[in-house]
Amino acid sequence: MASRATRRARPQPAAPDPIVAALVGVLGRDRVRDDAAERSLLAHDASVFSGGAAGPVCFPTSTEEVQAVVRTAVAHGRAVVPRGAGTGLAGGAIPLGRPVVVVTTKMNRILDVDLDDRVAWVEPGVVNLDLTTYLRPLGYHFAPDPSSQQACTIGGNVANNSGGPHCLAYGVTGQHVLALDVVLPDGELVRLGGLDAEPPAYDLRGAFIGGEGTLGIATLIAVRITKNPLRVRTLLLAFDTIEDAATTVGSVIAAGIVPAAMEVMDRRITAAVESFVHAGYPLDAGAVLLVEVDGPEEGTAVDAERVVEIGRANGATTVRVAATEEERALLWKGRKTAFGAVAKIAPSYYLQDTVVPRSALPGVLQSVYEIAERHDLMVVNVFHAGDGNLHPLLLFDSREHGAIERVHAAGREIVEVSLAAGGVLSGEHGIGVEKRDYMPLQFSDVDLDHQNRLRRAFDPACRANPGKVLPSGHSCADIQALERVPAGLWG
Amino acid sequence: MADDALEAFATEVGARGPVAVEGARTRWSTGGELEPGARLLRAPEGIVEHRPEEMTVRVRAGTPVDELHCELAAFGQRTALPRRGGTVGGALAVGEDDVCALGRGRVRDALLQVRYVSAEGAVVTGGGPTVKNVTGYDLCRLFVGSLGTLGLIGEVILRTNPVPPVSRWLRADGTDPFAALDVLFRPSAVLFDGRATWVHLEGHAADVEAERRTLSAVPTAGGGWTECEDGPVLPPHRWSFRPSELRQLDGAVLGAYVASVGVGTVFASHSPPPRPQAPALRALAERVKHAFDPGGRLNPGRHVALLAP
Ligand SMILES: Cc1cc2nc3c(=O)[nH]c(=O)nc-3n(C[C@H](O)[C@H](O)[C@H](O)COP(=O)(O)OP(=O)(O)OC[C@H]3O[C@@H](n4cnc5c(N)ncnc54)[C@H](O)[C@@H]3O)c2cc1C
Repeated sequence: MASRATRRARPQPAAPDPIVAALVGVLGRDRVRDDAAERSLLAHDASVFSGGAAGPVCFPTSTEEVQAVVRTAVAHGRAVVPRGAGTGLAGGAIPLGRPVVVVTTKMNRILDVDLDDRVAWVEPGVVNLDLTTYLRPLGYHFAPDPSSQQACTIGGNVANNSGGPHCLAYGVTGQHVLALDVVLPDGELVRLGGLDAEPPAYDLRGAFIGGEGTLGIATLIAVRITKNPLRVRTLLLAFDTIEDAATTVGSVIAAGIVPAAMEVMDRRITAAVESFVHAGYPLDAGAVLLVEVDGPEEGTAVDAERVVEIGRANGATTVRVAATEEERALLWKGRKTAFGAVAKIAPSYYLQDTVVPRSALPGVLQSVYEIAERHDLMVVNVFHAGDGNLHPLLLFDSREHGAIERVHAAGREIVEVSLAAGGVLSGEHGIGVEKRDYMPLQFSDVDLDHQNRLRRAFDPACRANPGKVLPSGHSCADIQALERVPAGLWG
Repeated sequence: MADDALEAFATEVGARGPVAVEGARTRWSTGGELEPGARLLRAPEGIVEHRPEEMTVRVRAGTPVDELHCELAAFGQRTALPRRGGTVGGALAVGEDDVCALGRGRVRDALLQVRYVSAEGAVVTGGGPTVKNVTGYDLCRLFVGSLGTLGLIGEVILRTNPVPPVSRWLRADGTDPFAALDVLFRPSAVLFDGRATWVHLEGHAADVEAERRTLSAVPTAGGGWTECEDGPVLPPHRWSFRPSELRQLDGAVLGAYVASVGVGTVFASHSPPPRPQAPALRALAERVKHAFDPGGRLNPGRHVALLAP
């Protein structure tokens, strides 16, 4: 007895993780980190979730190195979590149960751009905006433009099938990825999709996209590049109420117009943004609607005019047309830095991401404000209105007792209201750990079983990013070590 | 949402014995001949709900594509499904794009929600009803082009698109189709048969006119660009190339052909050879097939790697 007590009293130096030496053998000492600081940094992403626990952190620079790392993990019976820039908002990159973390940021080369095939070959760690900046002088761009595009990686975009304001007309990441080299969870390398018109196989490229790191690691990505539009017109419409702005959005679509982007910001977020970027956003409006139409000359002129008409018919109080490229850039800067501007209002935010039919937007927005009020939370709305993609930000102070529980409860109600309106759990941020346990609200047991069949075909041994996407009982979450983790994830 | 037609289809499919779904047989041999002895079924028919204001349509798989497009046209809308007869389910199972794919979009991007009957006879839903959705794994993309080998499609929700106000076909002899593609902003098709080039333009009248003027700068053998009623007649077989490979097509191998420039599809009178699949990819595809249809009862004899003979 006594000896056991003494042993407990003296803290043991942490035993070295047995896999580290093997990983160092593969990548060298510089590119394997096992220190507490690095591991605790990578236990988080941009979401509000904590409770992650990273194992050794690896920085491979090639497909072969990723394969070697994955094979080493397999040999040691360890799971692997791919990670890009860590800007994910659903906890997709949060390591559960001390897996090996494979960070792609050192695989950041743009390898080739072919204008004949209209394709760019990139490594997964290329930052989204870097590709578009690179393509600009050629007259092309990469269409998916998440608001986080200055930081997020194309590998992360692929894994989350990310969207962005301009995905309304151009489609989300999945429409812009032609081929992928993927290191499967057993270390095998496969090429999914292809540059040819109709690659001969199941569309496993399509199935992989949005897999949130649970189907393998993308190590090379061929993306479609898009010709820059001939003309861009950016409009800012102000409304007394957010419902009027939302009704306008539905009416524009119903009129057969698909603008490049339609984004709504409510009064509070507009004020926060304006004090940040000084773009001349109206401070007295209940909500503003940022609309961009692009394409050829005539089409954009006609569409812009009709959008203004529809806006006025729905109560637009003012309409401003960006006269210069600078003015346009400033308006977009406001929209894209909106989440950052929130810091001026509250120390923390929890960002929800659901989609509802566009015609349901006014009613669902109303409910969102009511839910927040009921839970004594401040909410601001800034979202991709054009495709019905809501982004309510629930603002809170995590030091305040009980705040996180109220946020959690409100978040769940927003999900329920969205589903009841004919919507879905996530429009672009993914399921990750955040919405894993909500999946049964949208899908039946049989549906989830079929999703798991796809997952298990890629990853029979449940080694890739376990504990994500599918609720336990339907997935690798039933691995013993992971069962306990999620309970403490919030906060 | 329970649907009696879908439930009845599931009961018909049952859980035992080889089954296949018969559409309009427009692409019956794609992926190989059906094994004899498979029970032939028809998918339920009918447009369940068109929501023009959402740009979505819920339609049962046995509905003819023409009927769907006719209904949508009344509201100024269309889908990416190819205009070549057949049923909605058949078009999705085969996954071929329309010849004007550059303008109408790709079939694989059009399927928002799929409801299918599994090998066990259960109704399964993948995807969701909204135009944007990343909830869970993307079974929709997996099903497009799967030739009914993973599940039998019963009902789908498709994305619809507005029909542009003006549409024109132009034709010229002895011109460079790649130069045409290059100068145009977003043509909906550029087709080339080795001699003549066809261009399909869509949009607002003034933009189509402007594109036409742009095109007139691309030299022709004489005669310039003339308007025509329609594009060329397409030979029956489909070959799949990289867009850049269309610069060196070999008529001796293809026979008569029409190439879709900027896309890579070549419609040819000769059939394409089977295309090899890397072993690791093949193994993965087999695991997928086995996971969804362990007994191999769904459309037996059909293999996704084989294109139409
Ligand atoms: C301020 C802000 C604004 C945002 N705006 C948008 C927006 O407008 N639209 C939008 O869609 N999202 C948005 N996001 C969310 C996020 O930026 C995107 O999901 C982004 O694509 C994540 O990229 P990442 O490199 O940070 O990936 P990470 O967060 O590092 O990882 C995300 C997921 O991808 C997996 N993964 C990463 N790399 C690979 C790979 N190579 N192979 C396989 N799996 C991989 C990870 O395991 C994880 O599951 C925003 C986030 C923030 C913080």
